[in-house]
Amino acid sequence: MLTQHKERPHMARITASVFTSHVPAIGAALDQGKTTEDYWAPLFAGYDFSKQWMTDNQPDVIFLVYNDHATAFSLDFIPTFAIGTAAQFQPADEGWGPRPVPVVQGHPDLASHIAQSVIQQDFDLTIVNKMDVDHGLTVPLSLMCGAQDPHAGAWPCPVIPFAVNVVQYPVPSGARCFALGQAIRKAIDTYDDDMNVHIWGTGGMSHQLQGARAGLINREWDNHWLDQLINDPVACAQVPHMNYVREAGSEGIELVMWLIARGAMDDINNGQQTGPAPKLVHRFYHVPASNTAVGHAILENTQRNLHP
Amino acid sequence: MALDKPYLDVPGTIIFDAAQSRKGYWLNQFCMSLMQAENRARFKADERAYLSEWDMTDEQRQAVLARDLNWCIRTGGNIYFLAKIGATDGLSFQQMAGSMTGMTEVEYRAMMVAGGRSVEGNRFVGEDGDAQAHRQPQGSAHAATQATQPAGTGADPA
Repeated sequence: MLTQHKERPHMARITASVFTSHVPAIGAALDQGKTTEDYWAPLFAGYDFSKQWMTDNQPDVIFLVYNDHATAFSLDFIPTFAIGTAAQFQPADEGWGPRPVPVVQGHPDLASHIAQSVIQQDFDLTIVNKMDVDHGLTVPLSLMCGAQDPHAGAWPCPVIPFAVNVVQYPVPSGARCFALGQAIRKAIDTYDDDMNVHIWGTGGMSHQLQGARAGLINREWDNHWLDQLINDPVACAQVPHMNYVREAGSEGIELVMWLIARGAMDDINNGQQTGPAPKLVHRFYHVPASNTAVGHAILENTQRNLHP
Repeated sequence: MALDKPYLDVPGTIIFDAAQSRKGYWLNQFCMSLMQAENRARFKADERAYLSEWDMTDEQRQAVLARDLNWCIRTGGNIYFLAKIGATDGLSFQQMAGSMTGMTEVEYRAMMVAGGRSVEGNRFVGEDGDAQAHRQPQGSAHAATQATQPAGTGADPA
């Protein structure tokens, strides 16, 4: 079990990061009770460990990095980084009707604290007090927490949505996302409440949803990239946009969002990997979910998680 | 000085950059309107009338009526916006993506279950992979559609 940090017992801290793809068809499979079908069973089996881990390591807040898929943000506003500071976020109607999942409760106080701190660290966030959240946010919650009744059920804790533009090129670079993760950790570290925070990075892995190259999957590249994200994140953050597009498909570029969560872990300081490496407690990879390669990993910070 | 666009040599791929976004503004905003159930109903009741309410080009309207997603993308559409049309038609993302390849739904699904499309030969224009222009269309859907689709029905190309 994760326990409170001994030196700064009354401050918030990030204890773990979670990485997962967020394919809409996974949400549909969950919502339509198809999880035990031959096609889907191997995928959901990869999250059995994760659901138990969530129960054993329940966070007080999840900081959830995802992308909006032309849902809350049309072409009228295209923020590169947007933080949700509202008290509640409704599951969006993406055209198939809203997913039957619980309303997402926010954490306006911590979200506002992070917004102020991160902007003061020179990241120009867009602050969003009203938005609906699409499958990019709710599918990871479903995968990690299991199916929830939309009315009688609830997600296990408040969630701070953090939306990254990966729809219109250019998306932020991996290096920018990695640096932003470090700023987010500094912000959370200075929040004056004893609170266990998870940071999640979602989207990817290889997939392309357009044109004659639709259906592209690159298992070898995905797994090499995931190795690097876990073990050599400083190098992973230097991977240029074009490598993602060429090797992992035009929508595989969503993976830059994982670098925000990775950059927020304790081993990263001033852009370098100087602290003790986080513990890899789970890793999973599966092809396909609809058009997409699904990757998943859980990292725990070690230094702060010692038993007293 | 012109912008650096290193993504123009990826086969079968149109990157949704600022120029595409300008070109496709109204097409994509029309798609956004389909996130409301009453708009979906109005669109389905009379597609041409609904499209005429939007400041799109005639070509964009034609591309929507034909449900030709490649054509929609060439005229500035982006798949995350265009997916609202597919959702209105009751299609999955897999059906929409597959429709852009020339494969039937069964062919495309089989490719994905077998591990997806290989990147080999598909990194740069001019290689010999299955996404290259000289190897299109890829499956048997195109021929079947040409043979059976009555003009102007807007039938699902998958």
